[in-house]
Amino acid sequence: MSRQDAPWSEHGLTEEEFNKIESLMGRSPNYLELAIFGVMWSEHCGYKNSKAHLKKFPTTGPMVLQGPGENAGVVDLGDGLAAAFKMESHNHPSAIEPYQGAATGVGGIIRDIFAMGARPIASLNSLRFGEISDNRVKRLLNGVVAGIGGYGNCMGIPTVGGDLYFHPSYRGNPLVNAMCLGLMKNDRIFRGQAVGHGNIVMLVGARTGRDGIKGASFASVELSDKDPDKRPNVQVGDPFMEKLLMEATLEILERNLVVGLQDLGAAGLTSSGAEMAGRAGNGISIDLDLVPLREAALADWEIMLSESQERMLLVVEPKNRPEIEAIFDKWDLSAAAIGEVTSDGIFRIHRSGKVLAEIAARFLTDEVPIYIRPYREPSYHQILKMADVSLLSRDIDLSKTLRRLLASPNICSRNWVYEQYDHMVGLATIIRPGGDAALLRLPESKRGLALSSDCNSRYVYLDPYLGGAIAVAEAALNVAVVGAKPLALTNCLNFGNPENPEIYWQFVLATDGLAEAARVLGTPVTGGNVSFYNEFDGRAIFPTPTIGMIGVIEDIDLRLTHGFKNVGDLIVLIGKSKEELGASEFHHLMTGRDEGVVPSLDLEKAAKLNDFLVVAASKKLLLSAHDCAEGGLAVALFECAQASGGLGVEIKFSGQISTAAALFGESQSRVVVSLSPDKLNDLTELLTEHGLEHSLLGQVTNDDRFHVIYNDDSLIDLVHDLALTWSATLPREASI
Amino acid sequence: MKTAVIVFPGSNCDRDNVNSWYAVTGLKADLIWHKESHISDYDLIIIPGGFSFGDYLRTGCVARFSPIMKEVARQAAAGRMVLGICNGFQILTEAGLLPGALMRNRDLKYLCKDIFLRVENNSTPFTCDYALGQILRLPISHGEGNYFVGPEEHKRLVDEGRIVFRYSSPEGQVYPNASPNGSLDAIAGVINQNGNVMGLMPHPERLAEDILGGTDGRALFTSILNSYRLAPTKKSGAQQRG
Amino acid sequence: MKFKASVKVMLKTAVLDPQGATLERALKSLGYQNIDFVRVGKLVELVLEEESEQAALKAVNAWADQLLANPNMETFSVKLEPLL
Repeated sequence: MSRQDAPWSEHGLTEEEFNKIESLMGRSPNYLELAIFGVMWSEHCGYKNSKAHLKKFPTTGPMVLQGPGENAGVVDLGDGLAAAFKMESHNHPSAIEPYQGAATGVGGIIRDIFAMGARPIASLNSLRFGEISDNRVKRLLNGVVAGIGGYGNCMGIPTVGGDLYFHPSYRGNPLVNAMCLGLMKNDRIFRGQAVGHGNIVMLVGARTGRDGIKGASFASVELSDKDPDKRPNVQVGDPFMEKLLMEATLEILERNLVVGLQDLGAAGLTSSGAEMAGRAGNGISIDLDLVPLREAALADWEIMLSESQERMLLVVEPKNRPEIEAIFDKWDLSAAAIGEVTSDGIFRIHRSGKVLAEIAARFLTDEVPIYIRPYREPSYHQILKMADVSLLSRDIDLSKTLRRLLASPNICSRNWVYEQYDHMVGLATIIRPGGDAALLRLPESKRGLALSSDCNSRYVYLDPYLGGAIAVAEAALNVAVVGAKPLALTNCLNFGNPENPEIYWQFVLATDGLAEAARVLGTPVTGGNVSFYNEFDGRAIFPTPTIGMIGVIEDIDLRLTHGFKNVGDLIVLIGKSKEELGASEFHHLMTGRDEGVVPSLDLEKAAKLNDFLVVAASKKLLLSAHDCAEGGLAVALFECAQASGGLGVEIKFSGQISTAAALFGESQSRVVVSLSPDKLNDLTELLTEHGLEHSLLGQVTNDDRFHVIYNDDSLIDLVHDLALTWSATLPREASI
Repeated sequence: MKTAVIVFPGSNCDRDNVNSWYAVTGLKADLIWHKESHISDYDLIIIPGGFSFGDYLRTGCVARFSPIMKEVARQAAAGRMVLGICNGFQILTEAGLLPGALMRNRDLKYLCKDIFLRVENNSTPFTCDYALGQILRLPISHGEGNYFVGPEEHKRLVDEGRIVFRYSSPEGQVYPNASPNGSLDAIAGVINQNGNVMGLMPHPERLAEDILGGTDGRALFTSILNSYRLAPTKKSGAQQRG
Repeated sequence: MKFKASVKVMLKTAVLDPQGATLERALKSLGYQNIDFVRVGKLVELVLEEESEQAALKAVNAWADQLLANPNMETFSVKLEPLL
């Protein structure tokens, strides 16, 4: 079929969708109108394949001031303070130009946060790459990390944490999920609404050029090596411009000069304009002659779809225009009035005195087709579950195995990454990256904010429901382990092509698990992002619903860190280790395979454990706490010893499960704590109160020895030597 | 004592310096926009870290042309204390108020971590509360901290005791690899001939409160306050060590 | 034969050049009003040995395309001069 016969195909629409557009409008759309529908009805902007399932998420709670649907979610932190936070993907741009792709991803999420009126105070990022031995992956890793640092460092927003995993499924399609959090007064939330007929619409910040045109529809197709020409122009980030834009925007918000605002992200002026109008039930009229352009010869549709970075759309009362212009002038930024808010509900575009497009804004935002796609269980699912993971765990050299685990890219030290990020600017970072969660102090308060991101996608691949639930439980536990109460979460749902029923099955089950865990753990979902079509040459990534969790600690002096503190302190394992080696890093390391039964999760118990940790911290029962995750108990014990700055461990315990499962298994909801011996009775009492199991493992010693005895097996090594192994991997493997 | 913290477009440690100065000394500091030109009533001028003008082309090269820099030079000549931290140090070298230049880090990567420094001269108004040879743990956070200076100028710096801080091992040994960024002679901070303009790459303002994990930066601020109290108007000259 | 190659890498004209834009504003604020289109690029020089000028040009172009420039956002031009 030729292009003329199927005008919709160029815009990523189907014939069915085109027919729906015609019947909505009562006429045929012109080229520009169709282009506008194309991006607004893309998955990236319209969530047409995911919306039905996102409704499953719990999104309300007494502390939720703004749920999904705005630029970012907002939660009340108490004391008149609120936090705006959100996570977003920039996967495909990063695959093509890792530095700029990652940088503009960071820039986009920062704009979402200050668009709510919040001053950004911390960033996190969740990264997934192919195997690190691959040269292409090394280039991507270096570029992405430098790009995140390049943007965040220049903005003066500390990058305080995140997570990083390597797996072959991400080889051609890395994941770059950026999260940002900002603070505001809880009665000063700004929204992206075009309210007030006759109000002026202003476009501020950078000029508009041919950047990333059709990026939104590009995000909604699979990547391949075959047709590089179809790729849009790479957007180049200008963090300096964004820093000025942020300061100027916060200044006009402080002076209350704006009634609504929104950043320009995917699909640029089109989505910002239509969404602002749609949310307010109003229309917007824009004159393209008034848009400041970087080059003169931009076509109508190019201006409307340009994804030039560092731009914001403001809705202001006419009387405030001069003051706004003066402020932007002070920051050397342009602020152009490009249109007005109308009462007719129409999104209308003019140029050279002619009307180019007229579409009811709600067609673009509320009439997006919603697909409930068919899904089916993939054949791999039952087969991989049946794999016998027990055979390999006999007769292993424990010390050698621990060293191999510590050196593996998914467990080794992340310092090489963190050191490239300014994680201290702002003087709020109390727990720096490398702990279970980052902890920031809140201004003029004793309270602190904990942040964490997490997702073990191998679990999700092998059991989407359980894996989705574990991602939430793990992120919540990371926050609770520093003594903070988990409060709310954002997410970034990265999956393959949703038109494939087996991929959609992963999506449906993973979101079911996520929703259930969020409900039981009392952490509502306040926003997020869906990224489909993460495939390369027909191979999908592991399903990766990344969770960004925040929590609050009442007094930062009560915080818990993971390093052991004193010689003679007792070491206790809270939770129960089971014969669970399926889907583990250990099994993957020994066999190279992703298989087995995913560790079980008792959500009620996970919630109790979180409560217990917050109470234990507030009663000062504990001196350290660390979650057991990939690599199991042995790795957790090493990390506590390594962070102690020279102490060792003497552990002796026994049990019914295999030695491999006891040391390297990944049973959920387990925490290694240390405490002064005189607190043991109080601890036991509190644990019983919460219905939690525990076992006394041993104590902290004054030498460098790492000594673990389980039943008749023993592991003897030196913490210092283990630390060298653990630290060496990334600097060595990442170098090009 | 009156303190000004200069704000260029792209500065991002400006508020941190105000907050930290207050936390240590209990004194307020004023943020001064780079387009202003009246700072004659300030006793201390801090040029903070950040990415002035995006650090485009060369760090500090655009900021040095800002209107306020003429005034900073005038105040420096009049003997007022001028402290450049990180990007502030880079700006002061570009402006010619301090010798040398800061090049890209040896490993071509931005580096943010705690490092160790040795106090090489404690007879400056910025370091008098430190002991000579004291080892400090302070964070660096920069991509261009690789200090370079020509051989003659370097000899002058050494002879006149104007190398104020050197990177060192945790035990205080100075050797080329102790420098995290490849800087010449492990130089982390230098002072001008008059002893009233100092620049350093590490961030004393970031470790000046216990809760942030260290307090080795405090004495830099208390030094400034104490030397001002001893001689509020007198120009203080750099004195040779030993 | 030995050649000295110079590869000039510039951002495509349609791609935003934040460095160029910032320098342009800075130059104008210094009083040089009659300037426009400030762009910042990279110059890579290298020496190579090849049988002919044609082969050398082909090789350098290939490297430039693969590594020195990212064709998604940059263009490059190669200058070659024989070394005696």
